[in-house]
Amino acid sequence: MTILDTAPAPSANRPSPRARRGWSPRRRRDFLVFLAFAAPNLLLIAVFTYLPLINNIYYSTLDWTLGSAEATVVGLGNYLTFFTSADAPRVLGTTALFTACTVGGSMLLGLLVALALNAKVRGTTFARAAVFAPYVLSGVGVGLVWLFIFDPGYGVLSWILRAFGATSPEWINDPQLALVMVIVVYVWKNLGYCAVVFLAGLQSLPGDVMEAAALDGAGGVRRFLAISLPLLSPTTFFLLITTMLSSLQAFDLIRIMTPLGNGTSTLIYEAYLQAFGAYNRAGYSAAISVVLFAILLLVTVLQLRFVEKKVHYA
Amino acid sequence: MSTLTENRAFTRKNFAATLAGGYVPLILATLVVFLPLLWMVLSSFKQPGEIVTTELKFLPESLNLDNYREAMTTVPFGQFFLNSVIVTAVGSTIKVTLAILTAYALVFVDFPYKNAVFVLILVALMVPAQVSILPNYILIAGLGGKNTLWGIILPGLGTAFGTFLLRQHFLTLPGSILEAAELDGAGHWRRLWRIVVPVSVPSIATVGLVTVVSEWNDYIWPLIITDRPESMTLPVGLTLLQNSESNGAGWGILMAGAVLVILPVLVIFAMLQRYIVAGLTQGSVTG
Repeated sequence: MTILDTAPAPSANRPSPRARRGWSPRRRRDFLVFLAFAAPNLLLIAVFTYLPLINNIYYSTLDWTLGSAEATVVGLGNYLTFFTSADAPRVLGTTALFTACTVGGSMLLGLLVALALNAKVRGTTFARAAVFAPYVLSGVGVGLVWLFIFDPGYGVLSWILRAFGATSPEWINDPQLALVMVIVVYVWKNLGYCAVVFLAGLQSLPGDVMEAAALDGAGGVRRFLAISLPLLSPTTFFLLITTMLSSLQAFDLIRIMTPLGNGTSTLIYEAYLQAFGAYNRAGYSAAISVVLFAILLLVTVLQLRFVEKKVHYA
Repeated sequence: MSTLTENRAFTRKNFAATLAGGYVPLILATLVVFLPLLWMVLSSFKQPGEIVTTELKFLPESLNLDNYREAMTTVPFGQFFLNSVIVTAVGSTIKVTLAILTAYALVFVDFPYKNAVFVLILVALMVPAQVSILPNYILIAGLGGKNTLWGIILPGLGTAFGTFLLRQHFLTLPGSILEAAELDGAGHWRRLWRIVVPVSVPSIATVGLVTVVSEWNDYIWPLIITDRPESMTLPVGLTLLQNSESNGAGWGILMAGAVLVILPVLVIFAMLQRYIVAGLTQGSVTG
């Protein structure tokens, strides 16, 4: 999230950090008040956010069946197994494909919807809320609804295909089609988020530049490509990062639509299946989680490196 | 863009252009969202014979609640609903309270290591819960939290998101209103609840709503930490229902279940979408 650098100037209540030596009663009291107010939250974050990161790395060095009392230290063995087996190309390939298609799909369609929402007609407020709605709905509920739509026997899609004389494929049983199906639904659920963010970007574009270009005879498409799109680059970059991070963590839809992960095993889903599916391979699952975390970290670091250069405040 | 189209005369050509360029894409986008949800609601009233047919039927023959009754008896849906309400209410209340307290401390209380604390919260904001699932499972299961509501609630209570959002808001409050209260002898506790909270209701509502929605929808953690129906939340219970209704005739029942999960959030969203959209797209709009 690029919310990092938005903090306004510190308010008057913060004394300069230099003048902090001699501990007046007031300062001592404030110290205790701070601890009393912040400690519960900080403790919870430490135990359930930071500690698991360390534990995950530790577990990833074990050959350990979940629930078993015994574990053998295997060092980097789990990583070796992952990267030298057929698992790595399969899982990493699925993750890359899923992420690329969902990020590209939701951003592209989101931009188109944002342009539609930016039109000066009635009802845009309602439409904006409507397209955003799927983003806040339960992934499990949404996944079931779409699973019914894709049902080869009685789903709406099969009726439509039949009307054109085609037969519905077995979406769930075909690994490639299962991935396509999950991607479509994921894009449906998330494009509203991209649309609303793009819309905010479009509405902050300088109107006078647009008018000048229109007076010079630039058409709508030309104005969009030559002016809007380049000026939107900070928004586009922000969305690229945030949607990439959430696609890499997509779980609910994949779990409910393809319980066996046949063709849809992304890193997060493979980590889940390995630990909590049939195998109970805790150490191996932890290793996959660490790989996922490393990728997420890389994306975040990239964001922090580039965000300052890319974002130009209008 | 407004001035480009606004002042033109209303001609027939113009009307067609507005229709094609303005309304048609808008209606199309709205339909793409609504039709699947409409289909869910319609199907939830259909009997198995209306779904397993040789001819597509759009409307259910009657609005009877058989599927809802069936869903409730196949699996303990009432229990799931109650569990979801408890988890969401307790979890959100504690999370929002913790966020308010931490954000107040970060902004208004003097503390030497404040910046370090803030960095810890920022980094936590970027650590995805997804990668902590296995260690947290081992921790909570070890403490006896499997199949308990506290086991579902506890690991998610620490809040970096809410703290961050409220801190940003508290920084914009004028320090003068608090100084006056301090001179009157009001301590931090009173300043927080009598002044800071009352003037921050919209921001707190935003954080609260986003928290409620994500607690309600939360899936991966409750899925892992529960395997007995008594302690499942709605999304997990829906998975259980899915397993027992795997043939074509069960779709009506599954859609009834989906309605029960989706509808509460949809209603809250319809009423308060302004806050929810703002809370979820923060960051982007300000950056």
